[in-house]
Amino acid sequence: MNALDLARWQFAITTVYHFIFVPITIGSGFLVAGLQTAWYRTNKDKYLKATKFFGKLFLINFAIGVVTGIVQEFQFGMNWSSYSRFVGDIFGAPLAMEGLLAFFMESTFLGLWIFGWDRLSKKMHLATIWIASLGTLLSAYFILAANAFMQHPTGYGMSANGTRAELKSIVAVLTQKTAVSAFFHTIPSAFLVAGSLFAGIAGWMILKKRDVDVAQPVLKMGLVTIIISFVFIAISGDYTSRVMVQQQPMKMAAAESLYETKANAPFSLFTIGTLDGSRPVFQIGLPSVLSFMSTGNFNGVVEGVNDLQKEYVTKYGEGNYKPNIPLAYWSFRLMIGFGALAALLALFLLWRMRKGGSLPESKFMHLSLRALPFLPLLGTSFGWIFTESARQPWVVFGLMKTADGVSPTVSAGNVAFTMIAFTLLYGVLAVIEFGLMVRTIRVGVGKPVEGNNANDGQPLTMAY
Amino acid sequence: MSLNSFWFLLIAVLWVGYFVLEGFDFGVGILLPFVSKNQAERRAVLTTLGPVWDGNEVWLLVAGGATFAAFPEWYATLFSGFYLPLFLILVSLIVRGVAFEYRSKYGKESWRGRWDIAITISSLLPALLWGVAFANIVRGVPLTKSAAGAMEYSGGFFNLLNPYSLLGGVTTLFLFISHGAYFLALKTEGEIRVRANKMGQQAGLLTALLAVLFFAWTLVSVSHRSWVVGGVTIAVVSWLAALYSNFRAREGWAFLYSAITTAFVVITLFLALYPNVMPSSNGEDTSLNIFNASSTHYTLKVMTVVAVFLTPFVLLYQGWTYWTFRKRINPSQIANAETGVLDTIHP
Repeated sequence: MNALDLARWQFAITTVYHFIFVPITIGSGFLVAGLQTAWYRTNKDKYLKATKFFGKLFLINFAIGVVTGIVQEFQFGMNWSSYSRFVGDIFGAPLAMEGLLAFFMESTFLGLWIFGWDRLSKKMHLATIWIASLGTLLSAYFILAANAFMQHPTGYGMSANGTRAELKSIVAVLTQKTAVSAFFHTIPSAFLVAGSLFAGIAGWMILKKRDVDVAQPVLKMGLVTIIISFVFIAISGDYTSRVMVQQQPMKMAAAESLYETKANAPFSLFTIGTLDGSRPVFQIGLPSVLSFMSTGNFNGVVEGVNDLQKEYVTKYGEGNYKPNIPLAYWSFRLMIGFGALAALLALFLLWRMRKGGSLPESKFMHLSLRALPFLPLLGTSFGWIFTESARQPWVVFGLMKTADGVSPTVSAGNVAFTMIAFTLLYGVLAVIEFGLMVRTIRVGVGKPVEGNNANDGQPLTMAY
Repeated sequence: MSLNSFWFLLIAVLWVGYFVLEGFDFGVGILLPFVSKNQAERRAVLTTLGPVWDGNEVWLLVAGGATFAAFPEWYATLFSGFYLPLFLILVSLIVRGVAFEYRSKYGKESWRGRWDIAITISSLLPALLWGVAFANIVRGVPLTKSAAGAMEYSGGFFNLLNPYSLLGGVTTLFLFISHGAYFLALKTEGEIRVRANKMGQQAGLLTALLAVLFFAWTLVSVSHRSWVVGGVTIAVVSWLAALYSNFRAREGWAFLYSAITTAFVVITLFLALYPNVMPSSNGEDTSLNIFNASSTHYTLKVMTVVAVFLTPFVLLYQGWTYWTFRKRINPSQIANAETGVLDTIHP
């Protein structure tokens, strides 16, 4: 493997890994804030216990989310210096704004929340978790806007000597359709992930008859969160695919393994293609559904991979403009499939709980509650794998190919070394993290101490 | 002042913020095994950092992001060039953050002991390597103009380990150790406070010696323009004041003065650089400066509005955090210091 392949693998590994913890923490922050608000309003002990317990789980994830995010900030410069030079004038701006506006807010107010139980008034303390959560939303917006520029560059012009893209309108970059639709697709996904995590854990507690009074409202909150967020995901997903067809038709064609342009295009449920991805061998599809998804009209014309390839050769010169089609096709389906599975499971559980709210004891119930937290996480991972891989060969669509973005001065050996080291380190941390999560769940709720504005010399409510 | 100069200044400010703040938490991490003798003390030491370390680290992320936005050529050349040192810093910051959060989850010595070693090493490496990196930037590294017109680092890894930059690294290492000791003496009660004070005196004297050598070398062979001389003077005088304050056990003053020194070490290095951002040892025409490394005027203007509007809020609420957690921590306040929250399963 050369430095380019290694740098791509490194980016894929570190980013997919980072994004396991991102949706968990974005969603969990808000859900914990919701639980604490319930405690603030009702003063019921069960809500305080739930806040502290799920707060612990939230923080175990937040720790890894934060530290793996540092790598993301510097990786562009380390492995993708040519890319950084080319887009820095545009891409750096949302990154810097994210830091100034969001990272400071998240980290500072989360620090206040963790250690402030006995230092802040009840109201102020509640405010800190809401502000920290708001920070995560802002952070998501800016980084998605930066990513949207890679999917669909806008608000830019080329420099006089053609060596870099230059910012012409920051408003265009921050408000383009791709950024907005990605935001309204990603944030509900984060809620889907966190809702599933909370519901899975709370359901398990109920089956084990442990702190049922604490777990009961959390299970309900988790399941309702799943259903509501899935509705938003479906709506924004539909909008996203229409924007995609306009802006990145190749990506949609790849997602569908649609090789030839056609009207009444079917949505494929299953496809086996030739290995080189040039044509399908066997397909089962829903007639006209793809046309409807792409254009809003069942008779709409959807462009196919082969025609787009010809079009791009005329436009951008000789080259292969097809992404990895089997990967695009399957990751797109797995994204939707895992997300929908979580939503179906949530519907089923709500239906079983319709009278009285208890869960029936069965093997299937145990299994599905354990599986629930992992389903949407797999969905979000495949979603990003799809979005990023089906943009290839471009790093910035139409402007710069991925192969031209890699650092020219960093040797394959160096990239290989850091890739292996990051992968090993991340692997070890994943094992530790997972162990702590499981142990924390098994240890259970316990008896949390309420913060009471401790005087000097009294035990601290929270210490490292 | 041109926007290019303004952004040079702003990035200097971000690095000042980063080193003044995370400098002491590196120092506290390094001192952890030496300044605390039992679990209650150890956790008291870590708890002084608890509410603030993450916010401190964000200064680095913003410095990185701002460099990317305002001087993309600088960002690209620096981080692809100083590849392995930066990698070691990133690994350290990853391990450190996780260690803070996880080390007290269990009471077992095998668990806590390993995380403690991790904290010390992962605090020590960045404290040393940032000094090495900045000394190299100021000294100048080989940059070569590529076919595409970019100034690329052409020095390799071992080129970065020269005597001047290693001295710079050891200097920041001891500067941060002292800075951390003054912070601990200010934030704790009892034995830790006494030990931190003593260690602050020893490390402070050693820092003074190293800094004199490093500054002398800088003035002789890198830059002796009058601003640099001025910066050095303030840093040195302030350091003497820090040492004296610590000697008199006036912890607040000692910490304030060491913060001023840390700030002026950074300011001095940036003054020595200006208007370059990465001087090349291959000559002026391959150096990166605030003009050939910068973004367009429009981008700088946008970022100026954002920075001028947001920075005061950041300073305000970060300041408020420090105010909220201003009380000293006594090890006796750490309840059940020996046990971890995950030790026993509740029935």
